[in-house]
Amino acid sequence: MSTDQHTVPAPVGGSLLNATTFTCGVLVVVMATIILIRMFFGLASTTNVNDGYSWGIWVVVDVFIGSALACGGFCMALLVYIFNKGKYHPLVRPALLSSLFGYTLAGAAITFDLGRWWNFWHIFWPGYFNVRSVMFEVAACITLYIIVMWIEFTPVFLEKMGLRETRKKLNKVLFFFIALGIVLPMMHQASLGTMLVVMGGQVHPLWQTPMLPLIYLLSAITLGYGVILFESCVAASAYRRQIEVPLLNPMARVMLGIMGLYLVVRFADLMVRGVLGYAFQLNAVALTFWIENACFIAPFLLIGTVEARRNPARLFVAGLAVMLGGIMLRLNGFLIAFDTGPGWSYFPSVPEMLVTLGIFAANVLGYIIITRRFPVLPREDAPELPRQDAQLAH
Amino acid sequence: MTTRRNFLKGALASGAAVSSAAIAPPVCARETKSRPPEALGLLYDATLCVGCKACVAACKAANDNPPEFSTADHLWDTPLDTSGYTFNIIKMYRNGTMETKDAEVNGFAFMKTSCMHCADPSCVSACPVTAMVKDPVTGIVSYDPDACVGCRYCVVACPFGIPKYQYDSPTGKIGKCELCRHRYEDGHYSACAEVCPTGATLYGRTADLLAEAKRRIALAPGSMTVYPRGKLGGPDQSYEGPVGNYLQHVYGETEYGGTQVLKLSAVTFAKVGMPDLKPEAAAALSENIQNALYGGLIMPIAVLAGMTYVAKRNVHHEDDEPADKPGKE
Repeated sequence: MSTDQHTVPAPVGGSLLNATTFTCGVLVVVMATIILIRMFFGLASTTNVNDGYSWGIWVVVDVFIGSALACGGFCMALLVYIFNKGKYHPLVRPALLSSLFGYTLAGAAITFDLGRWWNFWHIFWPGYFNVRSVMFEVAACITLYIIVMWIEFTPVFLEKMGLRETRKKLNKVLFFFIALGIVLPMMHQASLGTMLVVMGGQVHPLWQTPMLPLIYLLSAITLGYGVILFESCVAASAYRRQIEVPLLNPMARVMLGIMGLYLVVRFADLMVRGVLGYAFQLNAVALTFWIENACFIAPFLLIGTVEARRNPARLFVAGLAVMLGGIMLRLNGFLIAFDTGPGWSYFPSVPEMLVTLGIFAANVLGYIIITRRFPVLPREDAPELPRQDAQLAH
Repeated sequence: MTTRRNFLKGALASGAAVSSAAIAPPVCARETKSRPPEALGLLYDATLCVGCKACVAACKAANDNPPEFSTADHLWDTPLDTSGYTFNIIKMYRNGTMETKDAEVNGFAFMKTSCMHCADPSCVSACPVTAMVKDPVTGIVSYDPDACVGCRYCVVACPFGIPKYQYDSPTGKIGKCELCRHRYEDGHYSACAEVCPTGATLYGRTADLLAEAKRRIALAPGSMTVYPRGKLGGPDQSYEGPVGNYLQHVYGETEYGGTQVLKLSAVTFAKVGMPDLKPEAAAALSENIQNALYGGLIMPIAVLAGMTYVAKRNVHHEDDEPADKPGKE
């Protein structure tokens, strides 16, 4: 493993108050207000959830999709620490940071959707918890993972505070938390798919299969890399920094490999179960199925070649497409292709959407504050930059 | 090239581990559960139902539920479906001119909607905190609001759309039929069956109710037979009436491993809101998948051990100590 390519993480610096952070702050305050109303007057006061669609966007988007979009951290850890691809090291911390926020906020988001949130501790209490429940696995595993991620991220705070001794002690056991931080998200991202199994025939056959855990796990890993493509480009553009193309290029190839596997599993499953015919009917379900899968197929056309992957715009759009594909897979399974019987419909209310927006704003705000004040992003004036340019041109 | 080979090896190994876990037959797969021998339930015979909704009113009273209004005048309880405050309702099927009762074409029919008390309930499997429990003796699926976290997975999971939540309350509970188990100690049984004037809703042991249902569908339509009322095996309140034009299907006999509430109808069940369900319960499949992947935590621990070993080898802290070097901000 070569270490010479490692760019050193350093705080970006700069003011914490600008148009972006102010807008995010306002959105967070709006969200807090709506949550307060929900706490005093019940779910019906702010949301459109009903007995036909009891899980609205606060669950499906904030938690299920939010956590899947926060898979970048574990995907990079998998690449760097398990497959020993040390060159990706500069991408680990930024990815872990957005995972940390994504998951912590997803965990926070579930509490105000819970109808009887004051009993939340029952999920961890022997005598209450039900190990046969998929929800138990997901809830316990996500909670544990959030704790593990904060431990994984602690070196950054210790660095900032100059606590070298503590940091060295933590380093000795960090490998275990890194391993745990890979296994836990694999478990609950798979279980998020299994979550649909007990719903049986209410979920359209295009999205209901015993293979759901594998499909959701593979899509979550794909999504993790897609998010890193997206975030690296956004962070580079927002902070006027160099885009890490020499790293993103081969990483995107890894993503395409896993996505290829995903598509093989997805379509083989549909064919084996003999339900692929539903995808060729002229209706909304078939349309939404193809929107979802087009998003997973498009990156092969966009960034299929080494040449194409040198183009940051293409990397960005491909990352966006993968994210959209993962979002659609989950929206389709849990909401769009979920049919609980005649007479029920659901579309999120404005307050519901504002809360979801507030969650994402809180993510962005946290990311900005931490990257500006703590050593997360690779140092910009690192000596190897010219080398990166050279690689870019080779 | 060695690193690439290692990478591919690792990728193949982890891929194989995950996919074999997903495909391989579960370690100790469980079958769909069947009803306990002494299971209690109801038999609803749509051909006997006259749509008086006495059962809806009795259910409201027995469960101390408030009225729900669907008319402008708000004069009386008029729920349109079961809800967090309505556990039982009679729905109506209408077709064409609605001339004939229990005719699919140009006819009308009634159907009771309430908890089916499944042999292998999705809500019990879904509940993360054991707030939904199936009694091992009576088979009644009961709900404990003091345990419930309000995640509403039960609401989403149930194929009959039965557990419902009280969205209008900051302390909302799940509402569903519990077969009036709270009235047993006073010598009462399910209020809906107690008040039913025609015996369309009959209470009893599910095994007895199933035998009664099979007796009825074996009779010639239009012939006369005796119909018990109230509680099967209880005080005799029977009467003689004509046999309906039954479908040769006792709904709930095999659906999802069987339900403790059984139904007879002359109109196709799917048309009166009863879904087509396979004999295998979704709960069994879901639990088998969970058990295959996480049973005894065997696979997670094995994968964790492997990951820990590899991570220990690959974590290089010299790469991780930038801020200890000079040039720290």
